[in-house]
Amino acid sequence: MNSIHDMGGMAGMGPIEPEPDEPVFHQAWERRVFALSMTISLGRSFRFELENIPAADYLRMSYYERWFTILVNGVLRNNLATPAELESGEADPNLPRPAPPLASTGASPESERPGVPVSPLFRPQQRVRARNIHARGHIRLPRYTRGKRGTVIRDHGIFALQDTAEDGQRLGDRPQHVYTVQFSARELWGDRGVARDTVYVDLWEDYLEPA
Amino acid sequence: MAKTEEEAVGRRKFLKGAAAATASIVGQGRVVGAQQPPADDHEHQTVPSDIALRVRALESVLVEKEMVDPAELDALIDVYENKIGPRNGARVVARAWVDPAYKARLLADATEAIAELGYGGDEGDHMVVVENEPKVHNLVVCTLCSCYPWPTLGLPPVWYKSAGYRAQAVIDPRGVLREFDLELAADVDVRVWDSTADIRYLVLPERPAGTANMTEEQLAEIVTRDSMIGVAKVASAQAGGGA
Repeated sequence: MNSIHDMGGMAGMGPIEPEPDEPVFHQAWERRVFALSMTISLGRSFRFELENIPAADYLRMSYYERWFTILVNGVLRNNLATPAELESGEADPNLPRPAPPLASTGASPESERPGVPVSPLFRPQQRVRARNIHARGHIRLPRYTRGKRGTVIRDHGIFALQDTAEDGQRLGDRPQHVYTVQFSARELWGDRGVARDTVYVDLWEDYLEPA
Repeated sequence: MAKTEEEAVGRRKFLKGAAAATASIVGQGRVVGAQQPPADDHEHQTVPSDIALRVRALESVLVEKEMVDPAELDALIDVYENKIGPRNGARVVARAWVDPAYKARLLADATEAIAELGYGGDEGDHMVVVENEPKVHNLVVCTLCSCYPWPTLGLPPVWYKSAGYRAQAVIDPRGVLREFDLELAADVDVRVWDSTADIRYLVLPERPAGTANMTEEQLAEIVTRDSMIGVAKVASAQAGGGA
């Protein structure tokens, strides 16, 4: 979706501030949010949830505040807890226990690389154009590439599509080839680009058309 | 990144039949209002912040309902805080510097070559290593989120996930590198890798001059995280260390 997360090329997004000897987590609660997010399943695409955070909130929040927001939203949406429980920190004994989540060590239910043979539509060195798609759901086609011409430099094989519909539900594996496409900086950024510089973007076949 | 860390979360398990309307507490201003503390504040915080209390409440409820096992959370945190990090990637780089055959394998099939050293897993299942050369400089970013090669570099630093880096790295990589005190000559090609799909990128930095007598272990010591993202070069041994 065309939300604030898709920020490649934007100005005014703040400074880049490297922190010497940065810890993995800055605060204790960040550890718990990370681990909880990795452990419990809340349905829908995590990326869709992130991108659905209103822009002003997205920019104001820290990284793990966004994760926490998604966790809470998912817990409530799935009726795993009530707002009152999350307020008090105590489970309401009068409420039925939610069904236990799927085992946290279980295999991924989705296949990144479905074992389905699919012929590639494009080949290395072929010129392609990123399609001008403005999806309402999650999509991995950065806005700055749309309509731009590039060159396929590598076919990474078959991957499941990660895109979702506008309700956050995945569109299905739709196994297809993923390619690294090389764009010249001039093609992407006009005079702002340095002629010898290039940007490489990994794109699912659905995002490309012959150029 | 394709599947980011977030995506890994999302795909890890789905609750079957989970539906229902989105209930959001964001709009109630509690999370939204949580401020980003000043960078130097977190070490000295004694009173739990609002969000710290809210996270604790969330975990308590989920534990009480037996949705999560706190020991499992602790173990997971230990892995990413103490066991996986840029030292892994540094060992890969050092091996490539001393062993041409390994380097060839690394550039041909990074996932397999990295697995030779025992590293792999979430956010590292499909690795590509790109090599810096005197006239080629590679830089990795994830403009859409925070995709990053966890098994070799650990979890990404805050600046990598920041809006400023994500926005600028693709349009002005040379300017971004200057913010890291790296000025590239005009005749160097800059290649920016925006990891939007499931492939994760690691930069193989140039081996600095004056390191011919160093062992593989010593070389690994001077390889920095930033050099493997592409925002720094590896300095000679005496200047090494840091990020």
